[in-house]
Amino acid sequence: MRNWFNRKNIATLLGLVLLYAVVQGLIVFDIMPAFYKLTLILVCIYIILSTSLNLINGITGQFSIGHAGFMAVGAYVSAIVIVIMHGSLPLGLLAGAVASALAGLLVGLPTLRLNGDYLAIATLGFGEIVRIVFLNMDLVGGAAGFTLPSKITWTWAFGLMVVSVILIKNFVGSTHGRACISIRENEIAAESMGINTTKYKVMAFTIGAFFAGLAGGIYANYMYIIQPGTFSFLKSFDILVMVVLGGLGSISGGIVGAIVYTVISALLAGIPEWRLVITAVFLIVMMIFRPTGIMGTKEFSLGFLRKKGDKNAASKN
Amino acid sequence: MDSIITQILQQLVNGLSLGSIYALIALGYTMVYGIIKLINFAHGDIMMVGAYSGWFAITVLHLPFLPALLFSMVCCALLGVLIERIAYKPLRNASRIAALITAIGVSLFLEYGGMLLVTAQVRTYPPVFPETMYVVGGVYFKYGDIVMLVTSVVLMSLLHFTVQYTKVGKAMRAVSFDQEAALLMGINTNNIISFTFAIGSALAAAAGVLMGVYFNTIDPLMGIIPGLKAFVAAVLGGIGIIPGAMVGGLMLGLVESIVSGLGASTWRDAVAFLILILVLIIKPSGLFGKNVREKV
Repeated sequence: MRNWFNRKNIATLLGLVLLYAVVQGLIVFDIMPAFYKLTLILVCIYIILSTSLNLINGITGQFSIGHAGFMAVGAYVSAIVIVIMHGSLPLGLLAGAVASALAGLLVGLPTLRLNGDYLAIATLGFGEIVRIVFLNMDLVGGAAGFTLPSKITWTWAFGLMVVSVILIKNFVGSTHGRACISIRENEIAAESMGINTTKYKVMAFTIGAFFAGLAGGIYANYMYIIQPGTFSFLKSFDILVMVVLGGLGSISGGIVGAIVYTVISALLAGIPEWRLVITAVFLIVMMIFRPTGIMGTKEFSLGFLRKKGDKNAASKN
Repeated sequence: MDSIITQILQQLVNGLSLGSIYALIALGYTMVYGIIKLINFAHGDIMMVGAYSGWFAITVLHLPFLPALLFSMVCCALLGVLIERIAYKPLRNASRIAALITAIGVSLFLEYGGMLLVTAQVRTYPPVFPETMYVVGGVYFKYGDIVMLVTSVVLMSLLHFTVQYTKVGKAMRAVSFDQEAALLMGINTNNIISFTFAIGSALAAAAGVLMGVYFNTIDPLMGIIPGLKAFVAAVLGGIGIIPGAMVGGLMLGLVESIVSGLGASTWRDAVAFLILILVLIIKPSGLFGKNVREKV
């Protein structure tokens, strides 16, 4: 029986509760400017997106650049469920995530026999097809966009972010996660060791799509309006950049990448004409001098809190 | 019945001229990929720079079409080499995804740096060609259509000749086959890689000028969508294979104009991507790709 209440977990939990409480306090007492709140909620959304893409690209070693497509499916399905079918917020978010997972399964089954750049372009193509389908759907307003009430609060965004990250992290640490890592390291060797590589690739893809759909749902329910143009391949690139910036294959790296990239974008919002030029130079310089990203494949850990010989806490991935 | 056939032929003509632009861009993608296995996402933006330098040559320097085309090809060849030396060369031994992110960075830099330089305002290309129409059996050929097809065919033949029958071309093929072995044989791989970038960028510049002439307007973000389509064309034909890029580009142009001709122009891009995915599922390495057996 694993001891869930070791020092590491308790410290993480306390940290998260403290972070939540501080921000919630600032919001409730109206101290925090609206722009900061927007940035914080976007950080939560991008953390879910980058962590879920990390599962596909970093942990399983596949090369997907169509993540915005899954996000779009989640956003639109949740919007349809909430506005047109009058469903509740949790139901809408869940429906979006499940629809997106189904899309992931549908795309994953045939395309995952492709590898490398061919898979990349197939997923990119999928993302663009999704965008064009929503663009041509009159039910959701086409290019003009689809308006919906903003129901997402900091509590929702933060809570869902934490739950998503914990679920993905535990998946990576499980038997299935290890099978995925073995596919990344050497697919042929993994196969010869009896690992059903197709099954695990599709599994990683579907789970990644599920959380991308969830993030899309949160985005839709916070932003008041969703437009197909938001979910173009540039959005997929943004998410990919966050993952690589933070460290491909490192869950905490993906989180750091999402925070750094979103905060940089927000800081540069005052000089819109220079924003993307500076981002571009930053990316190039970063990749030239530290191509493995900020964290590499290392995980940020609270290992220094660990007692010597405490084997429960020693189980890191 | 007769008019339907004329309609189809007309769409074929439109498709071929659009397709030849895609093919020119796709060639650059495929050559760079063939030699250093990098998806150069900045390629579409090099095309944009080509379109702007062509515009500059025509309106400011008052050059006629051909010198303007050459001017912009030389400018972009230099730009391509510069980009390769500054951004891609330090990453030659890094992971491919790092190189890909750098390419995205270069692409953003060209788009938004270009926007700072020339403003986001749309510019009109001056009319370079007379508005003459030729009618053959009910099918209209614009003067521009013919120039475009001829220019692309000449450039592609030149490229084919260079790659197949010159010493540099032989070296390029050697480097793309095995970079280390080529180095051991005394080939200066760095120069060959730069040369490949120069040729690919020059072709993209030519495509940019033709595009400006064909659609009349240019803007700093014009390279994104054609760049993506050309990438699709390159993959469709089998990435890294030069004839594949030509066929892929022409095919994509034809598909697009047929879908537009059927009155579903908003679905055009979706159809292009759908065909791409279907081709990849049936033949995972593209139309002209060879099946490489994996060995342990």
